[in-house]
Amino acid sequence: MTDKPIFLISQEGSIQTDEVLKLDLSTVDGPGLYRDMVLARRVDTEAIALQRQGELGLWPSLLGQEAAQVGAARALQPGDVVFPTYREHAVAWCRGVDPVNLLGLFRGTTLGGWDPTANNFNLYTLVIGAQTLHAVGYAMGIVRDGDVGTGDPGRDRAVMVFLGDGALSEGETNEAFVWAAAQNLPVVFFCQNNQWAISAPFSVQSRVSVAQRAEGFGFRGVRVDGNDVFACLAAARQALDNARSGNGPTLIEALTYRRNPHTTSDDDGRYRSGAENDEWAALDPIDRFRRYLDSTGQIDDALLNQIAEEESRLAERLRTGCRNLPSPGPESPFRNTYVDLPVELEQQMAEHIEFVEAGE
Amino acid sequence: MNQTISKMPIAHALNLGLRHAMESDDKVMLLGEDIGQLGGVFRVTDGLQKTFGPQRVVDSPLGEAGIVGGAIGLAMAGYRPVCEIQFDGFVFPAMNQIITQLAKYRHRSEGTITVPVVIRIPVGGGIGAIEHHSESPEAYFAHTAGLKVVCPSSPQQAYDMIGLAVRSQDPVIFLEPKRHYWLKGDVDPNRMPQALEKAEIVRPGNELTIVTYGALVPVALKVAEICDQEGRSIEVIDLRSLSPIDDATIIRSVERTGRLLVAHEASRTAGLGAEIASRVQERVFHSLLAPVVRVTGYDTPYPPSRLEEDWLPGLDRILDGVDRSFAY
Repeated sequence: MTDKPIFLISQEGSIQTDEVLKLDLSTVDGPGLYRDMVLARRVDTEAIALQRQGELGLWPSLLGQEAAQVGAARALQPGDVVFPTYREHAVAWCRGVDPVNLLGLFRGTTLGGWDPTANNFNLYTLVIGAQTLHAVGYAMGIVRDGDVGTGDPGRDRAVMVFLGDGALSEGETNEAFVWAAAQNLPVVFFCQNNQWAISAPFSVQSRVSVAQRAEGFGFRGVRVDGNDVFACLAAARQALDNARSGNGPTLIEALTYRRNPHTTSDDDGRYRSGAENDEWAALDPIDRFRRYLDSTGQIDDALLNQIAEEESRLAERLRTGCRNLPSPGPESPFRNTYVDLPVELEQQMAEHIEFVEAGE
Repeated sequence: MNQTISKMPIAHALNLGLRHAMESDDKVMLLGEDIGQLGGVFRVTDGLQKTFGPQRVVDSPLGEAGIVGGAIGLAMAGYRPVCEIQFDGFVFPAMNQIITQLAKYRHRSEGTITVPVVIRIPVGGGIGAIEHHSESPEAYFAHTAGLKVVCPSSPQQAYDMIGLAVRSQDPVIFLEPKRHYWLKGDVDPNRMPQALEKAEIVRPGNELTIVTYGALVPVALKVAEICDQEGRSIEVIDLRSLSPIDDATIIRSVERTGRLLVAHEASRTAGLGAEIASRVQERVFHSLLAPVVRVTGYDTPYPPSRLEEDWLPGLDRILDGVDRSFAY
């Protein structure tokens, strides 16, 4: 990994310029990005607590990846379509998905949790890399709808698909790269390289950086500091603009770090050192952005108090909302498997409901 | 064009069905390897790219997961993709997308997302092919909740069923008996098609029921003809839909005949025959005059083609099965 990740804000919080990646600061809502990152982290913290209390079976934490996700998500237009993995809680937040609904999958009340068409944010996908092909197919649809390269910002659309460094090794991800390149599709592959696929470090997946992969497939790859929300925002905007205007795909590598275990069920003490985690904790994306906001006078106590209040309300809503998530009825698996309910399944449903009711 | 066409091969009936589906709905698209200029290795899509263009008839990169995964995304975007998998033995790289994604999407989205994808697969043996070109993978699909699995046996069925499959809101695995692509028959494009999930009694009889599908339907009809000459009356049911299975038609038949033989090319253990036998004994045990007979491929990998004639359930093996049932 020789290509240095691009950053636009230094660790100390000062603005840097880059030859390739430009960000027009007049188009950026700094306090808004900060609020997104803080609230998304609070969703994560509360979900972990709910898991510890037995309210959730599992939770995959996004701690440390807030800048990557918020930067990517805030580059999207409402008409753009997102295909997430299962860790994109901050992206979901930015897209307007009710965070309470993120909990259902992990509480066992649903396998989905929200209407993917409501916010153009698809369901979490647990099979690593599988969603990259859906993204490519959807992008083919956008091309056939004629919604690429018209120059009309209200019409041109793109797809953004999230993946992790582990997904790079999946055949399906590589097939998606092939399709995207061969058909010059309006798709942005946003890879959060958090450096760990459960216990496997990045070196298990690749000898070259994520971004370098793109070159071999014949499209742009860009490597950014994933803990710099501006770099992620700028890279995502540029890639989405290219996609929407018909200039094809981009693979963005946002180099970051998964500071928590893979999920609440994982024990990362078995495979990595606390020292490494401490190093990355010192590079916290929210703290770094806060230094920028402080140094440029974009944030004051009133705003911080307001965000803190929002955090408290959000936390309370998550705690209550989680416990109140409706359990599905015993008929729901039967009803949802097919549009046309087969006779055999109707009989199985009747048998099952009779069994359940007899036990009540 | 809309009159009955005589002596049309199955491959052409499928082609016509796809053409009509594409004419009546501009969201219908075809994806697959070599399906454009070449028209597919079996020529089922011959000429369609010329008519509908490369945006609607897409020569895919060589990757089956990509074909199916891409089709899922297209379906989410409002399209109706029909995928061609070149040979039965090459569907397996796409199994992850079929089983973990395609089959489950409606269920996991609680009905908000449907993925009306059709996956066409030439299936079965009998063409003297090399390895991986003669397989019968239907039970894998029939075992997967969320998929419909169908298999036409005649040109008319092929025409009717491909149209219904494309219009289905649920994903459909569409199995094409490849050794009969050039089997000819009449096709009436204006016929009101029978529902996709319905079996069809293709020859009535009253002493034994043969249930089969795809390439073995003409063989079963031949068996019935021979038995008729021997004074035995055989009913032949063409299953057509392997998931869901039209139990009602089978059970009504067995109630009348008292004897059941199920034939398929696929291996025996945990095959469709096992499922049908099980349902019949559950529901009409007392109507049975003999145990259900299965005449199937064996529980081995598909053999080298020099062995396939005897390995496959053919006329003689099915006739033997009929004898076993009557001798019980």
